[in-house]
Amino acid sequence: MSQSIQTKTAASNVKKAAVTPIIQGTNIGKSYGQDIILERVNVSVQEGEFITLVGASGCGKSTFLKMILGIETATEGELLLDGKPIPNEPGSDRGIVFQQYSVFPHMTVLENVIAAKGFQKSSITGYLFGKEKKVAKQEAAEMLAQVGLGHALNRYPHELSGGMKQRLAIAQAVICKPRILLLDEPFGALDPGIRADMHALVLDLWHKHKLTIFMVTHDLKEGFYLGTRLWVFDKLRHDPHSPNAYGASITYDLPVGHMPEPLYDEIDQQLRPLTKMEQPISSME
Amino acid sequence: MGLNMKKMINLKPSRTSAIIIGLLPFVLLLVIYMVSSDARLAINPSDKMLPAFSQMGDAIYRMAFEPSRRTGDYVFWQDTLSSLGRLGAGVLIAALLGLVIGLLTGALPVVNASFSPLLTVISLVPPLALLPILFIVVGLGEASKITLIAIGITPFIARDIQRRTQEIPTEQLVKAQTLGASTSQILIRVLLPQIMPKLIDAIRLSLGSGWLFLIAAEAISSTDGLGYRIFLVRRYLAMDIILPYVAWITLLAFLIDFLLARLNRRLFPWSLEGGA
Repeated sequence: MSQSIQTKTAASNVKKAAVTPIIQGTNIGKSYGQDIILERVNVSVQEGEFITLVGASGCGKSTFLKMILGIETATEGELLLDGKPIPNEPGSDRGIVFQQYSVFPHMTVLENVIAAKGFQKSSITGYLFGKEKKVAKQEAAEMLAQVGLGHALNRYPHELSGGMKQRLAIAQAVICKPRILLLDEPFGALDPGIRADMHALVLDLWHKHKLTIFMVTHDLKEGFYLGTRLWVFDKLRHDPHSPNAYGASITYDLPVGHMPEPLYDEIDQQLRPLTKMEQPISSME
Repeated sequence: MGLNMKKMINLKPSRTSAIIIGLLPFVLLLVIYMVSSDARLAINPSDKMLPAFSQMGDAIYRMAFEPSRRTGDYVFWQDTLSSLGRLGAGVLIAALLGLVIGLLTGALPVVNASFSPLLTVISLVPPLALLPILFIVVGLGEASKITLIAIGITPFIARDIQRRTQEIPTEQLVKAQTLGASTSQILIRVLLPQIMPKLIDAIRLSLGSGWLFLIAAEAISSTDGLGYRIFLVRRYLAMDIILPYVAWITLLAFLIDFLLARLNRRLFPWSLEGGA
């Protein structure tokens, strides 16, 4: 198995040569005072990739996502978007779907998506009128039909199921034509059956709209099933007396679809909290 | 009181028994009043402390349906109108100021940093202590009473709205930005509509103090109003007017609260079920 650990960055070296990567990070670190969350993260992502981020909780995968989003900044290293430093606030080139609170509760399903269109306009209120509104409404309705909410246009979010809310959040994000779509455990709270439908939806939108997707998930299976590339966040070094002395890094960077069975089991084992607790003991021997 | 008696903490009244035991204290108070009133009037028919309901009815009938000999006004309605006008104006001003201050300090950290300490200090000033200053600065007319109400409840509404604004999940603000929203668009389209039902709630909570400041201001300087009347007729120990007036103020307070609650449900049906 140690063989595969050493060849972990095999995934993305294919077409790196000419094209500027859409996201490039060198030696990225993040710490809050003494607590180190991330260290030495090196990544390069081409447009159109679908990356899933897995790892135990507290391993910095969401922090990394928030850096791309622009609401967290790296305390070390450099994160580039199209070769330029990433903006330190959210913008319309990077869409997001959170696990919850991603839609506006005071607007109906249709209004939620029309508002998203209105926000694209640089006016004080972002309200649309006349022909503009008509066009936006048409477009919003089409988008909602695409995500399977065509029948629920006039409902308020509190009248929707968890899965429908996430479909709405995704429709909102995609209609703004972001280049990067960030998904922060978007299906974590959904039932397994509904999750499968959501996977199909995300893959469909990824193809149709040529998105670059980063998706954080707790579910390793989901990470393997979706997307083109898998990142495993974990700590390389571990001090049992001071758990926050070392940060996590990307320990595996794998192309999805060519995964040998034993490696899957190994990562699966690594992510289980049980083995986590055993690790310090064996390292003391 | 057998062995199978539930613990007090688990004992819940049924719907009908809840209504009955809820009404009981009211009935009890009424009965006690009537008995005491009868007892006093039996000893001294011209006693003014606990007038009979018939006496109160007569007094209010005179005030409400017979024009005043001095001014020709129907005093009861004139008082009601003046007081409600002052309360309404004061609360409206406070709501607008509180909304703007609360929304801006709640949403914009820079405004918050420059405004919050001042707001905290102002909210600690007892508004009634400012009344003499108001009389000096804006005079004894309507303005001073309305200003007192506004000054008295604006800090409460502003701080409540500030807190409510901060409670809106940051996910929504981030989401709006990823959809391309500007600061003003987020304020007007995302925060303001979600704050409106909270504003009505804040108004409902502040109406109690609103009445307090209104009656205090009317008691000190006025020529009409519910508070003015109570304090005026106090000189003649006219409990037959004071008690119905107090009941009337209570009823008005209840009705306003009830109507605002209804308005909230009517205007903002989405706000009943927490966040999305």
